[in-house]
Amino acid sequence: MRAAIIVFPGSNRDADVSRALTQAGADVVKVWHADTELPAGTDLAVLPGGFSYGDYLRCGAIAGRAAAMDAVRAHAARGGLVLGICNGFQILCESGLLPGVLMRNVDRRFICHRQLLRVERADTRFTSAYTKDQVIDVCVAHGEGNYFADPDTIARLEGEGRVAFRYSDAAGNLTVDANRNGSLNSIAGIYSEQLNVLGLMPHPENFVEGLVGGTDGRGLFASLAA
Amino acid sequence: MKARIIVTLKTGVLDPQGKAIEAALTSFGLAGIDSVRQGKVFDVEIAGDDRAAAEATLKSACEKLLANTVVENYAIEIA
Repeated sequence: MRAAIIVFPGSNRDADVSRALTQAGADVVKVWHADTELPAGTDLAVLPGGFSYGDYLRCGAIAGRAAAMDAVRAHAARGGLVLGICNGFQILCESGLLPGVLMRNVDRRFICHRQLLRVERADTRFTSAYTKDQVIDVCVAHGEGNYFADPDTIARLEGEGRVAFRYSDAAGNLTVDANRNGSLNSIAGIYSEQLNVLGLMPHPENFVEGLVGGTDGRGLFASLAA
Repeated sequence: MKARIIVTLKTGVLDPQGKAIEAALTSFGLAGIDSVRQGKVFDVEIAGDDRAAAEATLKSACEKLLANTVVENYAIEIA
């Protein structure tokens, strides 16, 4: 597994996701946002968390139009894997690689806490190390994670099984309390039509070491590196 | 030429910031404020005096970057 992490001005979780991927056995290189090509042999392009361009205009809006994103788009069109975490998910939505938009959290607060997620399917390249309906313990840290799309888009995502993760309680129930940012249908992450692009707001890369609180995030990187 | 682009949230899209501003205004005791929606204004200066070309350029700017048409509408005013 060769992973290319795209670094934008204001990305700040690139080192963490790099470490999580390396731990899982992937070869990792960093790619500057102004670069026009991904390294030859790239299997996975990663858009890390952070605050690209200071969240100016809209979160992910300017990064979504960066030169490197043309290369990521071409990579995705070839069937290459793309993972966007937090700001990376916002960038994927702004770049048109995933539908919908991440709006301001419903209570207007930046949220930063441990978060349980329900794994909606375990038959994708991103989740094979998990089981369907497994509840995993990771983290969230965002001000704009409130997933919104028009009713037709939501119906299509649901109908095509493209919801990857939902905010849930420990029993896997989709409660209002578990869905702190107000996302439609408790959506925490979605796939592209071909299931080769995943965007999610939570940070699985935060929980890959028992020392810092948990290891449930490892499954995502292990799935990718498998 | 000077132009102004106004970007607003589409009807039905939740606007937590607008709601907070609305609540603050109401708390000042200002009567008659039913609803507040927050938007953005971009003042743009354009070279030349070809209005049709300017409008086409600004429309492209809105579609490509200034508005996210999933949730936002835009209006272009050329002075």
